[in-house]
Amino acid sequence: MLDDKDRIFTNLYGAKDWRLKGARSRGDWDKPGDLMAKGGDWIIEEVKKSGLRGRGGAGFPTGLKWSFMPKESDGRPHYLVVNADEGEPGTCKDRDVLRNEPHKLIEGCLLASLAMNAHLAYIYIRGEFHREAEHLEAAVEEAREAGLIGKDACGSGFEFDIRVHRGAGAYICGEETALLESLEGRKGMPRLKPPFPAGAGLYGCPTTVNNVESIAAVPDILRRGGSWFSALGRPNNTGTKIFCISGHVNDPCNVEEEMGIPLKELIDRHAGGVRGGWDNLLAVIPGGSSVPLIPKSICDSVLMDFDSLLEVKSGLGTAAVIVMDKSTDIVAAIARLSKFYKHESCGQCTPCREGTGWMWRVMERMVTGNAGIKEIDMLLEVSREIEGHTICALGDAAAWPVQGLIRHFRPELERRIEAYKAAQAGTRAA
Amino acid sequence: MSGPTNPPANGADEAGPFAFTKANLALADEIIGRYPEDREASAVMGLLDLAQRQNDGWLPPPAVAYVAEYLHMPQIRVYEVVTFYSMFNLKPVGRNQVRVCTTTPCWLRGSAAVLDACRETLGIDLNETTEDGEFTLTEVECLGACVNAPMIQINDDYFEDLDGARTKALLDLLKKGDKPKPGSQTGRQCSAPLKGFATMISSAKTKGTEGD
Repeated sequence: MLDDKDRIFTNLYGAKDWRLKGARSRGDWDKPGDLMAKGGDWIIEEVKKSGLRGRGGAGFPTGLKWSFMPKESDGRPHYLVVNADEGEPGTCKDRDVLRNEPHKLIEGCLLASLAMNAHLAYIYIRGEFHREAEHLEAAVEEAREAGLIGKDACGSGFEFDIRVHRGAGAYICGEETALLESLEGRKGMPRLKPPFPAGAGLYGCPTTVNNVESIAAVPDILRRGGSWFSALGRPNNTGTKIFCISGHVNDPCNVEEEMGIPLKELIDRHAGGVRGGWDNLLAVIPGGSSVPLIPKSICDSVLMDFDSLLEVKSGLGTAAVIVMDKSTDIVAAIARLSKFYKHESCGQCTPCREGTGWMWRVMERMVTGNAGIKEIDMLLEVSREIEGHTICALGDAAAWPVQGLIRHFRPELERRIEAYKAAQAGTRAA
Repeated sequence: MSGPTNPPANGADEAGPFAFTKANLALADEIIGRYPEDREASAVMGLLDLAQRQNDGWLPPPAVAYVAEYLHMPQIRVYEVVTFYSMFNLKPVGRNQVRVCTTTPCWLRGSAAVLDACRETLGIDLNETTEDGEFTLTEVECLGACVNAPMIQINDDYFEDLDGARTKALLDLLKKGDKPKPGSQTGRQCSAPLKGFATMISSAKTKGTEGD
């Protein structure tokens, strides 16, 4: 179990003061000028050394992403954009950072922006997080008044400011280029890449988009050293991570743990165990709704990190662990996710716009068994035609839960179809 | 305005002219000031939100047209935004907008019972408004409070860790004109385990930051 001294988010639950005074008492904003004096290259190197991989779901190495930004400005401003449009079903970790640890995020914005020569950062927060945005905006104002950000941030001579931008309800805006479109005042429809945001992002300027948790971890990484962070977890899967444990557990909660903690230990130690005991477990969606589910047999031994979950054809995603016990109608659970993706598809690409609705309709029939056996393979095939054939990853995200269901619960789908057929035959006979 | 002038008919007849109040004019300019000078379209969501709040929670055509003009945008661009994002309403809504999350994490923990309690207590179905104009009931996708499932949002606040009975109690309070306390309805501290902290027991004392 992660030692308390290695915890980054010491006010995750908001039991203590989230304002500047409280944040300072927990070590935030402790001589940030010293870190800034070491320069942008040092910051990027240290973040690279830490092994930090993006906490928004894709797991791209953060330091490497930052190094894609132009070293010198060609006259265009550089931007840091923080993705606080948290909405992946199962995920509610950034919410805790925004409302209970806003100063970690703000300090992280300053340090990351210095490294990328950005003088302005936008934090795009989902519109529904109204109270969280109030905390964040108040914290930004506190930092401005204290001179931590502004014309002369922390007395370093570096000019830096933060603006909070509120969304208005659209899951797709969590996709980085859709987020930029939305920030520019349009529908959140993802952009084709290239150009990548580091070349032409917000307002056509070099931009890096990072997740809240990634940026909020940066001040601690720099203070304690990249090697401190990289010593936690396993190689290529380093550091700490906030896990969100929801569904059929006795005590659902968020918790910061070491990367690579066994899934079983995570659930038993922090979430009070599976409802009805471990043997009552049916399956787990380990990384937010987009990743394929894994059945109990895999849950018994899998570790919670990027590479371990990839090996079992799932993913760490946002580390949102959705637990389902044996009482779960697993087909209905996945069908509900299909409905989610149908609702959230932006409609730009045909395979996703048409395919998510098609998959949902077939999935609804699979729930009752009103389908043909060969439709299972047809569903799988169509999901593969959506996957990889769209501008953004929402198509993939819609396909994977269905693929995971067929991979691990095909007999259940077949059983329902046979049962439905038998019931129909019975009705006709009678 | 270069955009088409045939906006959705919903409520168009009953909508009078629209203009920001003095206070909202100041707020609107503050919002526009968050973006670079020639990028005022970035403020469209902020201004629409402001207009919607000023107009009892919905956007009549004159309000959309007003925002378009304020930002020098074609109306159709503003309508694209209004219709794309789920938080903008083009029809009148109740004073309390009850938004029930039914996505899988909430569904697994009993969002169906929460939705039923809403229907029964309010006497309306989804996408309906009570006759007294107090409540509108809608189903929404994941609101990002999954470890506190099931939950609902009422206007700007989240109400979490619900079941049928707690939902009914909550709505009954609102019906009486009381203000129920937002957050967990079982008294949990945010997203902490109900049984108390399993972590951060030793970090009650200040965390050390040893140089670098």
